[in-house]
Amino acid sequence: MVTAAIPRPLRRPRSVIPGFGITLGLTLTWLSVIVLLPLSALFIKTSEITLERFIAIVTSTRTLHALQVSFGLSLAAACVNLVFGVIVVWALVRYDFPFRRVVDAIIDIPFALPTAVAGIALTSLYAENGWVGSLLAPLGIKVAFTELGILVALIFIGLPFVVRTVQPVLADLDAELEEASASLGASRGQTVWRVVLPSVIPALLTGFALAFARAVGEYGSVIFIAGNLPGQTEIAPLLIVIRLEEFRYADATAIATVMLLASFVLLLVINRLQRWSETRSART
Amino acid sequence: MTLAADALRTTTHPAAHALASEGLNTHAGALPARRPGPTNSEPKAVRIAIITVALLFLGLFIALPLISVFYEAFKRGWLAYVAALVEPDALAAIRLTLLVAGISVVANVTFGLVAAWAIAKFEFPGKSLLITLIDLPFSVSPVVAGLVYVLLFGSQGLFAAYLQAWDIKIIFALPGIVLATLFVTFPFVARELIPLMQEQGTAEEEAAASLGASGLSIFFRVTLPNVKWALLYGVLLCNARAMGEFGAVSVVSGHIRGLTNTMPLHIEILYNEYQFVASFAVASLLALLALVTLIAKTLLEARLVEDAQ
Repeated sequence: MVTAAIPRPLRRPRSVIPGFGITLGLTLTWLSVIVLLPLSALFIKTSEITLERFIAIVTSTRTLHALQVSFGLSLAAACVNLVFGVIVVWALVRYDFPFRRVVDAIIDIPFALPTAVAGIALTSLYAENGWVGSLLAPLGIKVAFTELGILVALIFIGLPFVVRTVQPVLADLDAELEEASASLGASRGQTVWRVVLPSVIPALLTGFALAFARAVGEYGSVIFIAGNLPGQTEIAPLLIVIRLEEFRYADATAIATVMLLASFVLLLVINRLQRWSETRSART
Repeated sequence: MTLAADALRTTTHPAAHALASEGLNTHAGALPARRPGPTNSEPKAVRIAIITVALLFLGLFIALPLISVFYEAFKRGWLAYVAALVEPDALAAIRLTLLVAGISVVANVTFGLVAAWAIAKFEFPGKSLLITLIDLPFSVSPVVAGLVYVLLFGSQGLFAAYLQAWDIKIIFALPGIVLATLFVTFPFVARELIPLMQEQGTAEEEAAASLGASGLSIFFRVTLPNVKWALLYGVLLCNARAMGEFGAVSVVSGHIRGLTNTMPLHIEILYNEYQFVASFAVASLLALLALVTLIAKTLLEARLVEDAQ
């Protein structure tokens, strides 16, 4: 099974550098063993489920609700990150303020902090007796163990995607464009809206899509703060785990297939956006 | 400064970097602030408002969670903190995590160098597809990554019969944890090396080869020194992810105390048992690792630019 994945070198390249056959062979073998074979197991197992069964699993109330929670709240979190991400990037790139370097560095914390650690930290902060939760409780706002809690976790893990995608584009933007716009009589608002924004829109959308894609599959940081009530605060990845623990493999497999297909679609969209973003910045 | 590295990374193969997921990409802003000129800046009130909103948002969503990890860990003082860490199950979890991270770093360094050699030094059809496939694990939910191994090696998996016949345990044992970790960390080293080695081209290797150097000696004496910082960078990111992985490992581990619990899983168990101080104490070690990784990453970024030139 594994060896079948090693193709014969199609064309021997005329190169004086040795090692093409063996390195490509090892790369394809390792890729097949660790990534491709396991992922194909998902599709093999899915093909063993009848279509009616598959549809019944995926459209059951609990599954639909879990998917709705995952996709809906991921979208909401990506929107929040889009707005605040732009504000953060603007402050970091355009203004100077004390500890700017440090602030810039901490943007990456959600990338580096293990999700379980983020999960328990956010939960303890936003629980009713936590630092933030206790401030919100008198206002009647409950965050931990509600949809709002899931949203907070998804905002946390998604923010760096927006910031790190938009930041280099805004930093690279030619200052002369804005000066030209201003000298032609545009107000500052018009310049930002009509000159700056169009140049960063591809990067914004890419960052948005990356944050969304990451949030849809997120598990560790969400399950602690979510409350995990079926039909209310249960995310799709958690439902996969639950079905697996109940030995309902067909259910777990079907939901996982939907999630995997969704991430393939997102991958395609992101690739397109990225390419658009690059042609755009190449032109300016 | 970082821009050079950045431009390099993005121009070489856009698709690969699209899913910059755990990338900790070098987009970090080591850029000097552009001093706003008189014509292209906002009124002072607007500037202050934007900075305030940005800082409040980052403080609330990013700084506060990090601070709270250490606060909660030391809530009952040093003794409780240390006690939580030297407890046998915690030590077993730390040992297992170090072992799994060590294996995945070694495996990914080997794979990353081999793959980057094939992709960067030769032309062949289907190359961009191969790069996309290497990046694929970034876009897969960790839970799905764990599940696929259960479907292969679990009690009802595709290989269940063989595994039973040979009495091999993969799921709920060390091999499963290692495999799941390898899956999620798969792209880390390769994607740091591939764009850089593509950019560096083949001239130096060709010169060495024409002077009669063997393949291995070209690799160790020409290629490797050229990419050492990028390699170290990849190792750093790979290690951080391997130690912190939760979802994928949680699905395949079986949560057996003292045996198949990694640090993140141990944190979960303690937390669910309301042993908050102990849970945050173990979590603080991983938070420390994250901080060290970030600092090392910032220091390395300058070196990466050297590599690129």
